[in-house]
Amino acid sequence: MSMPATAHEVTAVHALESVWSRYVFSTDHKVIGLQYLFTGMAMALLGGFMAYVFRMQLAFPDQVVPLYGLVTAREYNALVTNHGSIMIFWVAMPVLIAGFGNFLIPLMIGCDDMVFPRLNRLSYQIFFVSAVIILISLVVPGGGFGGAWTAYPPLSASAQYNHTPWGAPLWLLAVALEFVAFLLGGINFTVTVMNARAPGMTAMRIPIVVWMIVIASLVFMASVGPLVAGAVMLLLDQTVGTRFYDPTAGGDPLLWQHLFWFFGHPEVYVVLLPATGIVAEIITVFARKKLFAYKTILGTSIATGIISFFVWAHHQFVAGIDPRMAHLFTITTLLISIPIAEMLFAFIATLYGGSIELATPMLWALAFIAEFLIGGVTGIFLGANATDIYLHDTYFVVAHFHYTFFPIGIIATFAAVTYWFPKMFGRRMNETLGKLHFWGTIIPFNLIFIPLFLTGAAGQHRRIYSYENFPQLSTPWLNQLAVLATLALIVMFVFQAVFLVNFFWSMRRGEKVGANPWNANTLEWSAPSPPPHGNFAAMPTVYRGPYEYGVPDRELDYWPQHVAS
Amino acid sequence: MSDAADVHTAHVPLATRRSTTGIPTARLAVWWVLASEIVIFGGLIGSYVMLRLHHPHWAEEAAHTNTIAGAFNTFVLLTSSLAAVLAHQAAEARDGRRAARFLGGTILGGLVFLVVKGFEWSHEIAHGFTIFRDVFWSYYYVACGLHGLHVIAGMIIMAIVAADARRGRNLHRVELIGIYWHFVDAVWIFLFPLFYIAK
Amino acid sequence: MLEWLIPAASTSADEIDWLFTLIFWTVGFWFLVAQGILFGFIVKFRRRPGVRSQYIAGESKDEKRWISWPHYVVIACDVVLIAGAIAVWRDVKQVIPTPDETIRVIAQQWAWTFVHPGPDRRLDTPDDVVTVNELHVRNDTTYAFELSSLDVVHSFSIPVFRLKQDAVPGRVITGWFRPTKTGTFDIACAEMCGLGHALMPAVLHIESPEAHAAWLGDRTTVAAATSGSRS
Repeated sequence: MSMPATAHEVTAVHALESVWSRYVFSTDHKVIGLQYLFTGMAMALLGGFMAYVFRMQLAFPDQVVPLYGLVTAREYNALVTNHGSIMIFWVAMPVLIAGFGNFLIPLMIGCDDMVFPRLNRLSYQIFFVSAVIILISLVVPGGGFGGAWTAYPPLSASAQYNHTPWGAPLWLLAVALEFVAFLLGGINFTVTVMNARAPGMTAMRIPIVVWMIVIASLVFMASVGPLVAGAVMLLLDQTVGTRFYDPTAGGDPLLWQHLFWFFGHPEVYVVLLPATGIVAEIITVFARKKLFAYKTILGTSIATGIISFFVWAHHQFVAGIDPRMAHLFTITTLLISIPIAEMLFAFIATLYGGSIELATPMLWALAFIAEFLIGGVTGIFLGANATDIYLHDTYFVVAHFHYTFFPIGIIATFAAVTYWFPKMFGRRMNETLGKLHFWGTIIPFNLIFIPLFLTGAAGQHRRIYSYENFPQLSTPWLNQLAVLATLALIVMFVFQAVFLVNFFWSMRRGEKVGANPWNANTLEWSAPSPPPHGNFAAMPTVYRGPYEYGVPDRELDYWPQHVAS
Repeated sequence: MSDAADVHTAHVPLATRRSTTGIPTARLAVWWVLASEIVIFGGLIGSYVMLRLHHPHWAEEAAHTNTIAGAFNTFVLLTSSLAAVLAHQAAEARDGRRAARFLGGTILGGLVFLVVKGFEWSHEIAHGFTIFRDVFWSYYYVACGLHGLHVIAGMIIMAIVAADARRGRNLHRVELIGIYWHFVDAVWIFLFPLFYIAK
Repeated sequence: MLEWLIPAASTSADEIDWLFTLIFWTVGFWFLVAQGILFGFIVKFRRRPGVRSQYIAGESKDEKRWISWPHYVVIACDVVLIAGAIAVWRDVKQVIPTPDETIRVIAQQWAWTFVHPGPDRRLDTPDDVVTVNELHVRNDTTYAFELSSLDVVHSFSIPVFRLKQDAVPGRVITGWFRPTKTGTFDIACAEMCGLGHALMPAVLHIESPEAHAAWLGDRTTVAAATSGSRS
C-alpha cells in the first residue's frame, strides 16, 4: 500500500473482512468444513420433515397431515424421491466426507490447510448452488421430481411420462452439480493427504479416518464418471429431445440402470468408509486401546472399495438382465460381506481388554457397530439373487438400507459431532442432554424400522402412497405396524430438539475445555481449541502411530503422536 | 500480532508448499483430474460400444461421417501435441518467450481442429444427419461435443499460461497444460476409430 | 417362515421361502453371537478405578486369529448361502419348464392387460380372452408369461408367487409360474412408474380347472355374442 491507512480505517476494513472472509468466503478448511456441516444439518431437517409427511400419509391415509396438509399421489412421489436424494447427496455426503474431511484432514496430518484452499471454497460454493437448485425444483410448476432417486428412464426422460417438466431436469442438474463439487473436493483431499503431511507422518501413521476419507474419495472419483456421462445423456433427453434411453428410437433404458448402479452401489461405501473411520477413532480413545490390526483394517477398506465396483447388478436381478449374470453378482455381493465383517470384528476386538468409558461419543460409536450389524446381515437376504426376487422393492429393502444409512449418516455423524465439538468450538457439550438425545434417538429408530422388515417380508412394496387398493397387502396388523413406525418417527424427531438445544447452547455457554479434553493421541488435539487460522502454534512433527493407548511402563495411558518421548 | 501471522498464512499456506511424495502438488492434481475425466469419457465410450454391438445398422449411419476430415483432424491434434512438448522443453530451459510461441502453435492446432469440425457438423446437419436422426448420431454429437468443449477449455487455459510464460511467470504450468492437452489428444485417438473408421 | 406373513401359492414360492429360512437361521445365529460378544465386552471392560487398559496391537499372528477365525466362518457361511441361492435361482428364473399354457402380460401407465389363451390353450387364436387388471389361472398348471411394457419401466409383482419381474419397454421378457393354491390374491406394480404407480392393482384368481373352465365359458360366450352382433 502506498498510503498509510489510519487506525480507524484498518478496524473498519478488518470488521468487514471478519464477517465475509471469515465465515462466508473463507478459504480456511475448518470454516468450509463447518459450512458443509451446517448445510447438511439444515438439509437433514428438511429431509426428515419429508419423511414425517409421507409416513403420516402411510399411517393415516388421506387425512390432513399437521404442518403440511393433504398429501396427493404426485406430492407423495416427489416427497419420497427427494427424501432419498437429499439424505444421500445433501446430508450424508457433505457431512461425512466434505464436512469432517475438510475439518479433520489438515488437522490430523499436521498441516495448516488444504493444498488448494480456493478450489476448496469453490467446491463448497458449487455444492451450495446445487442445494439451492434442489430446493427450487420442489416448488416449480408441476412440482418436484417424483421418479424415485434412481430416476429410471423412460419415466425420468420425458415429461410426457413423469409430468414434472421442470422438476425432473432441475433435480438432475442439482445432482450433477453436486457430483462436480465432490469431484473437486475429492481431488483436493487426495492430493493434500499425499503431499502435505507433517514430517514423520508416514503412511502407516495416518489416522484410519483420514485413510478412509481418501479411499472413499477415490472410490467416488472412479465410480461417478460413467454416471456423469449418463446424466449428460439424460439431461439431453429431457431438454433437447434426444432419445438415448428411448427403446422406440434404438436407445436402451437398461443402460441408465447400469450406469446408475455402477455408481450407486460404490456410493454406499463412499459414505460408509468415513463413518467406520470415525467410529475407529472414537472407540480407541474411549476404550484406551490401540486399534486392533490397523493394517488389516486398512486392507479390508481397500478391498471393500475394490469389490464395490463388481456388485452393482444385484440391484437389477429382476430388471431383465441375463439370468446367468445374476449368479456372478450374487457371489461378488456376498464376498463383500467378508472384508466388512472382518473390519467390524477388528473393532469389536479393539474393545477387548479396554477401559471403556461410556461417554456420549462412545455410546454413538458402539451403537453404530450394533445397528450396522443388523444392516449387514439383512443385506444377505437381498444379495442372494433368489430371495431378492421376492424382497426387491419391498419395505424389507427400505428397512435394510436404513439400517445401513442411518448408522452411517446419523449415528456416526452424532458420534463425530459430540467427539470433535470441543475442538470445533472450544467448549464441551452437555453429557446429560447428550445421553437423553442418544436414547431418544436409538430406541425410536429401531421401532421405526423393525416393523418395516415385517411389512416388507409380508409383501408390501415401497413407493406406494396408499394401500387401499390392495386388500391383501393392507391387513389391519400391517396397518398397525405402519402406525407404530410413524409414531416412533415422531418421537425420534421430538428428541432431535434436545440435540439442537444442546448444540447451540453448548456452542456459546458450554464448559470451556483445553486443547485435549479426551486425552487423545491424534494431532488435531495438539492444536488449540478452537484452532486459529493456520491451526498449529508450531507445526508438529510426528513420532509414532495414532493409537498408542495403554502403553506399558508409561505414566500416562496415552502417548500423543507429536510428543518426542 | 497473531492477526498478521494469520494474514500471512492465509496467503501462502504451508500446505501448498509441502511435497511429501516429492511430486509437485499441481502435477498430482492434474493427474487426478485426468483420472476422473478418463472415467467420464470411459463411461460414454463404453456405453457407445455396448450399444453399437447390439445395433448393426449403426455401421450404415457411421458411413456418413467424413473419414478424411477426421484423419486430418487427428493429424492436426497430434501435431499440436508435439508443439506442446516443445513448449515444455523450452519452459524447462527457462525460455518463456519460446515456450509461449510453441503454445501459440498448439492453440492454432486446436483452432484448425475446431474449424474443420465446424465444417463437418454444418455439412452433416444440412444433410439431415442431426442429433435426433438416430441414437448413433446422438452419441456422435455428444461425444465429439464433449471432446470439443475440452479442446476449447484447453485453448483458453493455454492462452493464459502462454501470456504468463511470455513474461517468464509460472513456467511450471506449461508442463501441466501440456499433460492436459495430451489427454485431450488421447481421447480423440479413441473417438476417431470408433466414429470414423469402424463402418 | 415367510408363510407366517403371507401365503405361498406357487412352486417357486416354496423354494424361495426355503432359502429365506436358511439365510435367516444361518445369519441369525452368527448375528446373535456377534452382538453377544460386543455387549459382553462392553460390560466386562467397563472403566474401573485403578485398572489400566491392555496394550494389544493385534498385529501378531497369535492375536490376529481372533478376527481371522470368525472371518473363516463368514466365508464358510457365504459359500453355503451362495450355493443355496444359485440352486433356487436356477429353478425359479433360469430354467423355464415346458409350459402347459402361455399368457401375455402388458403393462402401461397405469393398468395391466392380460391375454389368456382361451379354451384351445394357445395364444394368438380368435378365442383369446383379454382382460384388464384381472388374471385368471388354473391351479396346478405350468404357465409361461411374456411380459412387455408400452411406456415406462413397470414391475410385475405377485407376492404370493414370490414372483417379480420388471417390464422393460422395447423387450419381451419371459418367465414362468405354477400355482399350488386356489384363491384370490393381489398383483401390484413394484417399480415407480409415475403419478398412478399406486393405482395399478390387479387381481389374481387361481381357480380349480372346473371353475376356470366356467369362467372361460362365460367369457367366450360374451366374446362370441359381441363378435356375432358385429358381423
